[in-house]
Amino acid sequence: MSLPYTKKVLEHFMHPHNVGKLENPDAVATEGSPACGDMVKLYLKVDQKTKQIDDIRFESYGCASNIATGSIITDLAIGKTLEDAKKLDWKMAAEALGGLPPVKVHCAVLAVDALRTAIENYEHQHGLLKEKIPTSEKIIMKRLSRVINPLAGLDVVRTKLVKEVIIDKGIVTVFVELPSSHQFANNIRNEISERIEPLWDVQKVKIVFRGN
Amino acid sequence: MKHERIYLDNAATTRTDPEVVKAMAPYFTETYAVASSQFSHMPGIQAREGLDRSREVIAQKINAKPEEVVFTSGGTEANNLAVKGTAWAHRRKKDHLICSKVEHNTVLHSCQWLEQEGFQLTLLDVDDEGFVDLTQLEKSITDRTFLVSIQHGNQEVGTIQPIEKIGRICTDRGVIFHVDAALSFTTLDLDVDRVQADLVTLTAHKIHGPKGVGALYIRKGTPIKKMMHGGYSEFDLRSGTENVAGAVGFGRAVELAQPKYVQYIRSLQKGLFEGLKKEIDGIRINGPKTLSKRLPGNVNVSFDLIEGESVVLHLDMKGISVITGSACFSRSLEPSYVMMAMGFSHERAHGSIRYTLSRYNRMEEIDIVVKSCKEVVEALRKISPLKG
Repeated sequence: MSLPYTKKVLEHFMHPHNVGKLENPDAVATEGSPACGDMVKLYLKVDQKTKQIDDIRFESYGCASNIATGSIITDLAIGKTLEDAKKLDWKMAAEALGGLPPVKVHCAVLAVDALRTAIENYEHQHGLLKEKIPTSEKIIMKRLSRVINPLAGLDVVRTKLVKEVIIDKGIVTVFVELPSSHQFANNIRNEISERIEPLWDVQKVKIVFRGN
Repeated sequence: MKHERIYLDNAATTRTDPEVVKAMAPYFTETYAVASSQFSHMPGIQAREGLDRSREVIAQKINAKPEEVVFTSGGTEANNLAVKGTAWAHRRKKDHLICSKVEHNTVLHSCQWLEQEGFQLTLLDVDDEGFVDLTQLEKSITDRTFLVSIQHGNQEVGTIQPIEKIGRICTDRGVIFHVDAALSFTTLDLDVDRVQADLVTLTAHKIHGPKGVGALYIRKGTPIKKMMHGGYSEFDLRSGTENVAGAVGFGRAVELAQPKYVQYIRSLQKGLFEGLKKEIDGIRINGPKTLSKRLPGNVNVSFDLIEGESVVLHLDMKGISVITGSACFSRSLEPSYVMMAMGFSHERAHGSIRYTLSRYNRMEEIDIVVKSCKEVVEALRKISPLKG
């Protein structure tokens, strides 16, 4: 049999480890989107004192490589300190899986990104940032450039679905150029909130739909 | 659960009927001479007879004359010849051609190549069931238009186009009408006169014939230039030593494709559709909802909240062969262009699974497929972040 996946990838695909939701997680991150065909959501529980990852779970919408990397990256991260977990990269994940087809590497990157974002979100929310940079429009736009516009399969910034944000005393208002009745409005609202809310100095995210 | 491989990818290619292989065999080891003129030696004449007999069988099936059937190396070459051959015949006279957005890549890419070379191309829209917009077609034809190319049945979602109506429009406007019937040949009736088709693409390997042989029906008098040069075979429309064994296999496959199988395949199609709909929630039908408007062997559905490549791989592990319109599955990492043309979201394309049936499938297999799909879909939904 010559499927393009290693035995290890198939094992993790068929029987993924650490799958599901975590109740009351300390941090959450989502990378990718259904529009791209790949999406990973990651949940973290962190020991407040040791900063070790006590528990980690993932959910996946995606291909075999996406599921398998979600499985292996959570295996690799559990028990590690946040600092050590941050050092994990897609090459280590791919290596632990015995290799991935080049065309599938982007799926591995997604799972690693989700882990990094989850750790970053945790740091924002638990006062662990080394330097506290005040949230700016640039920072918001950078984060939003990871939110995919399901209509186009490209991010909401590039597709001009979000052209304007206002930051005022910890309240971030994001204007979305779509009617609030649009079929993707809820999905986009959730994804944008999830991206902005964890920032250390953000208290509230308001999302205003103003398209027609 | 142990069972033989369940092959549901018959729109890609089919199992060659052993009878076909048997009919072909002597043309490799005994009657292997070049099919030459009647003034040649005996083995050459015998090869010619084999070739022409098949040509007659195929011509008869579409109500054509044998000399209107040109053998090619397959559907790809037939589509290339139809599109580029007519374009070349009209060069410096007419420069506009029309096809739909859901044509097979062999037509689509040929048309797009001509566009790069200076021709004008109109791509017709389709509705959410995959039907071509006929009003747009009528509006698009100008006095510069030489060709309209519309498929009979769609390779992914099975939509059967109203080719008789399209044929009438083309005849009224004096435009050549090409029908790509690669997917529908022998399972749907096609009478070239009733349809008023000038060119029809046929292929052997999708009807239990061999790979590497197809044909283009060319109505007598249709302006077309040959694309393969180097000899005078196939009425001087396609050079190259004739694939006699292949053509004989093609003819035999047509003979074996009896109408009773169509009814049988329809019953499997109905069983699969109803089974999936009954057993699995969050399922959407891609293509026409009315089964009689789909190719007999085509079932295409999208499962909400999950991605197709994972479904395909899980089903493969369970011994079932299907494909998906997901970007992950494609070589271009693009979701199915057919589904995009139908106005579907990326998610719907990513979650789509195509099952295509043949006369070799059995109802017991359909039951296994439904059960396996249910298991796989449930398992993948359990780990999906999209669930409520």
